[in-house]
Amino acid sequence: MAWDYTDLVKQHFFSPRNVGKIEAPDGAGQVGSIACGDALSLTIKVDGATDRITDAKFQTFGCGSAIASSSMLTEMVKGKTLDEALSITNQDIAAALGGLPAEKMHCSVMGREALEAAINDYRGVKAKAEEEKDEGRIVCNCFGIAEGKIRRVIREDNLRTVEDVTNYTKAGGGCGSCTAQIEEILEDELGKKAAEEAAVQPARKRLRTNLERINLIQEVLDNEVRPILQKDSGDLDLVDIDGHRVTIRMVGHCSGCRAAGLTTGWIEDKLREIVDPNISLEVLEE
Amino acid sequence: MRTVYLDNNATTQVAPEVVEAMMPFFTERYGNPSSMHDFGGSVGKVIEDAREKVAACLGAEQASEILFTSCGTESDNTAIRSALLSRKGRKRVLTTRVEHPAVLNVARQLEREGFDVTYLPVDRDGLLDLDLLREKMDAEVALVSVMAANNETGVIFPFEEIARIAHEHDALFHTDAVQAVGKIPIRLADSDIDLLALSGHKLNAPKGIGALYIRRGQRFRPFLLGGHQERGRRGGTENVPGIAALGKAAEIAAEHVCDERTRVRALRDRLEAELLKIPGTRLNGHKEQRLPGTSNVSFKNVEGEAILLMLNQEGICASSGSACTSGTLEPSHVLRAMGVPFNFAHGSVRFSLGRYNTDADVDRVLEVMPPLIARLREISPFRD
Repeated sequence: MAWDYTDLVKQHFFSPRNVGKIEAPDGAGQVGSIACGDALSLTIKVDGATDRITDAKFQTFGCGSAIASSSMLTEMVKGKTLDEALSITNQDIAAALGGLPAEKMHCSVMGREALEAAINDYRGVKAKAEEEKDEGRIVCNCFGIAEGKIRRVIREDNLRTVEDVTNYTKAGGGCGSCTAQIEEILEDELGKKAAEEAAVQPARKRLRTNLERINLIQEVLDNEVRPILQKDSGDLDLVDIDGHRVTIRMVGHCSGCRAAGLTTGWIEDKLREIVDPNISLEVLEE
Repeated sequence: MRTVYLDNNATTQVAPEVVEAMMPFFTERYGNPSSMHDFGGSVGKVIEDAREKVAACLGAEQASEILFTSCGTESDNTAIRSALLSRKGRKRVLTTRVEHPAVLNVARQLEREGFDVTYLPVDRDGLLDLDLLREKMDAEVALVSVMAANNETGVIFPFEEIARIAHEHDALFHTDAVQAVGKIPIRLADSDIDLLALSGHKLNAPKGIGALYIRRGQRFRPFLLGGHQERGRRGGTENVPGIAALGKAAEIAAEHVCDERTRVRALRDRLEAELLKIPGTRLNGHKEQRLPGTSNVSFKNVEGEAILLMLNQEGICASSGSACTSGTLEPSHVLRAMGVPFNFAHGSVRFSLGRYNTDADVDRVLEVMPPLIARLREISPFRD
């Protein structure tokens, strides 16, 4: 398969920023292993007075997107407070690179985990990824991925298929004998999510004012729709809301996408399901 | 920027003589060879001429032993399925862990269908233990399928000897010779090989044409059922331009074997010797028992896809058995079967040279590789 890397990924791969190891770092995070085929070592310097990351360096063993994700991550965290840095998601890293091929999303997850590990190392607490290694059964023996991590990534990244789980965690990407277990976990998580959504539905149905409806439409687009589009390097602009008519413009990879009709149909269904069954969606051409 | 193409095990440039040989069958001579009129019927002679050339290249006894197919995969699939149908009652198949997916995936499917498949291991040089093969043979073995040469490492298997062992137990022998034809001498008439698969695009013919050798007298069951083409052994209108091209390519390949053993091998050896001077580098596959143009080298603690990306930037085409280029997340099954350590398996690069490579190509790779590897090791956390 030919490389489907954005120019930004290529830039960060061919000219990575912040390569190396900070001597006497304030925090260090190591994730991955040579057996898994990718590993990242992140070191940070923190200004104790302001709680800001003043420097970050990385060393990565991995493919083009692993190196590019690490490089982008170091650029993103410098100057941020630790809490601001911790709010960076793997989707943010991928989006900052203009998107990553679906099967390379685990590279961005590795970046997120290394960042969390480095900050927690500084703070003297255990990272979530570390906790997950201790908790729960190992589902994927090829890559040593535990159930806890699979569940977390399904939730955080709105994953919907086993293939998604493999792309984001590598679980199931070796011998494939764990795919049935992954499917069970996925069904369980999707079931929980559906139940949570159903529980909030009655509250949403109490919408009375235009302002309430507008706010909820924006919320659904931001939280439910955009993350999915951004996974495929696409997005949308909300152009207008007039009564029950919502006008949007597809951007990025979604613009001109052959599956645009399916996508916009799905967005309309989502808005009808969560906000109001009378909503109609209009899509403006770019 | 000049392209330096060192990925000839993936595919090859179609030889200009081959292009010339196939062109009339797109334009002036486009008739269907099954037609009654002369315009189509005369094309049939071209097919028979190509069949003779392919048979000659393989040292087959008769041209009728050659069946034209669409590719190596079809040839392998057809051979294995046909062999099992003609050894009904026998439920065992012997193959190796390092076969091409065109054989391995059929073997896995056979297991699901109730066959007992034994996947023979290879040693650290990628070689088979023939004593182990002999041990595993019994009267239940219907088919032994072992590749002639490995696509990733170039390791050549003693396929003629393996065929003899198979026949000692009245089992059939099939070999996937897609990488071997045109690179090493093959003389089927003097061998016990029953079925041999080849692919046109690996020997300077276009993609979409392959052939299967079926020893005379061997029972055969068609894979594609259709018309009476290929004497009823493969339905479907013949790919006449492809067949003409394969005939020409086979003719040239027969002449080229000597060049492979001398000039191409010398180029490969020079490239390999210099690459192995880079610290933390190893050769994957037996040093001698190997195709003359293939070199699979691993660079410790760097990742293969990253190497290929940088080579690509320099206009150099090669391949890697690294996980990130394999479509799965694990490195090459061939390197894993050879027990290549992870820190080398992830950093493997296959250079495969062919007819059109020159000293300048090797010079260019040798200019680029050492700083490229140094740069990636600078980024790697495992460099120490």
